[in-house]
Amino acid sequence: MENILDQIALCIEYGKINEAAPYPPELKGKPGADELTKLALQQGLSADEILNSGFINGMNRVGKKFSEHKIFVPQMLMSAKAMNTGMEHLKPFFKSGEAKRKGVFIIGTVAGDLHEIGKNLAAMMIAGSGWEVIDLGKDVKTEKFAETVKYYPGCVVGLSALLTTTMVNMASTVSVLKKEFPGIKILAGGAPVNNDFCLQIGVDFYAPDPQKAVQYLNKFSD
Amino acid sequence: MSSILDRIKAGEILVSDGAWGTFLQAKGLKTGECPEYWNVSQPDDVLSIAQSYIDAGADMIETNSFGANKFKLAHYGLEREVYNLNKTAAEISRKAAGSNHFVIGSVGSTGKLLLMEETTPAEMYAVFSEQVIALEKGGTDAILIETMTDIEEALLAVRAAKENTRCDVFCTMTFEKTAVDEFNTMMGVSPEEMVKRLVDAGADIVGANCGNGSEDMTDIVKKIRSCNSNIPVLIQANAGIPVYHDGKIRYGETPEQMAVVAEKLIAAGANIIGGCCGTTPLHIAKIAERVRLYNH
Repeated sequence: MENILDQIALCIEYGKINEAAPYPPELKGKPGADELTKLALQQGLSADEILNSGFINGMNRVGKKFSEHKIFVPQMLMSAKAMNTGMEHLKPFFKSGEAKRKGVFIIGTVAGDLHEIGKNLAAMMIAGSGWEVIDLGKDVKTEKFAETVKYYPGCVVGLSALLTTTMVNMASTVSVLKKEFPGIKILAGGAPVNNDFCLQIGVDFYAPDPQKAVQYLNKFSD
Repeated sequence: MSSILDRIKAGEILVSDGAWGTFLQAKGLKTGECPEYWNVSQPDDVLSIAQSYIDAGADMIETNSFGANKFKLAHYGLEREVYNLNKTAAEISRKAAGSNHFVIGSVGSTGKLLLMEETTPAEMYAVFSEQVIALEKGGTDAILIETMTDIEEALLAVRAAKENTRCDVFCTMTFEKTAVDEFNTMMGVSPEEMVKRLVDAGADIVGANCGNGSEDMTDIVKKIRSCNSNIPVLIQANAGIPVYHDGKIRYGETPEQMAVVAEKLIAAGANIIGGCCGTTPLHIAKIAERVRLYNH
């Protein structure tokens, strides 16, 4: 039998949530991320090992395929769902401090913008890469970002916008956060956002897709 | 007045309107404000947008109802206003259109993902039905389901409009270039798949809107035409890719540039040409000029 961590990675890669899940058809009737994570813990593997060699491995492959347009949002959502299901079993270990996450990442769609599919994808990918993600949702006012950042010194912030009409709000959020929290790192993404725009408004990193966001964030974790 | 479909069948190229969202903003719509609420709070401003497109030479005008579905209105606490806001939207556009121009009821996506079980197909169908019924009540000739990325959601909307109204039903999806000579929506739908599934579901006109400017649209029209030579095609491109400068967003494509692309779109097989984000009555006027030359 394959190594259980490889199996978990495979379930994440193909979005196999649990044994009952019909998706993907090729893995029908096989155990999913849910059962395998439980089993791995029973076998005595640590939460850190499961996170690093199972989840992160799987999510990396998903992120790469998405980046290359080999898969699209639906496949990625299924992978994220599988990962979240497995992650539930690891939560007690993060809480107790037995397993460590890479840092805190605060994310939200900027004020006036009600779109959150892209933001959710980024949040899930980043959670899957071992960060604690605080998702503030959509239409997030600058004050809300600032309040949250206060509680998590050293956190990194991610801003998302889908509309050209709301991306200008990103600029004001960035300027307030940078002023109130000198040294804070901010990344941004979303359909109309580009590198040039990010440079102009003082964003530290433009993330064209979730995978690039993960690569950037990993520079801050030891 | 003969219908949009009759006129297309007779070989005519038609012109639709341009952007609403960016136009409303230029008129003072604030961040966090519900655009469709303007139908009741500032109907004169909404009317002036519709009127300016008609004056520019559009054959049809959309309604200010893109986000007026129950799910999106709930964000503003307006979920009980679906009927009122949609009916009013249609009435305002009808006022501008008179009896010589068409009114097409704008229906955008719900923002809910079926795949993630954020809603059920039955609930989504009901939400679309509620909206299209109100639009028809207000006097729309057709329903335009637009900016779709998920084919299942688009199909539910098409079915809701087909089964609950007598309007013609149009549907456009938003594609991005994902490889050389390849286009997909965010959810992975290709133009070819779109055509097949929407036509099977009874859509009268299909097409593409928004996206990365008008140049890509010519390739998308060719893709659509490669698998269906009959279905009328509607194209509403953005005025290029948005550029940020001095605190403002600007769209790069000029009215003249878009008019040149309009000719390419017609040559590729498009039947109705209008605009999406960043286009203005000036863009539509230039496009209409070219189209008139073609029709004569």
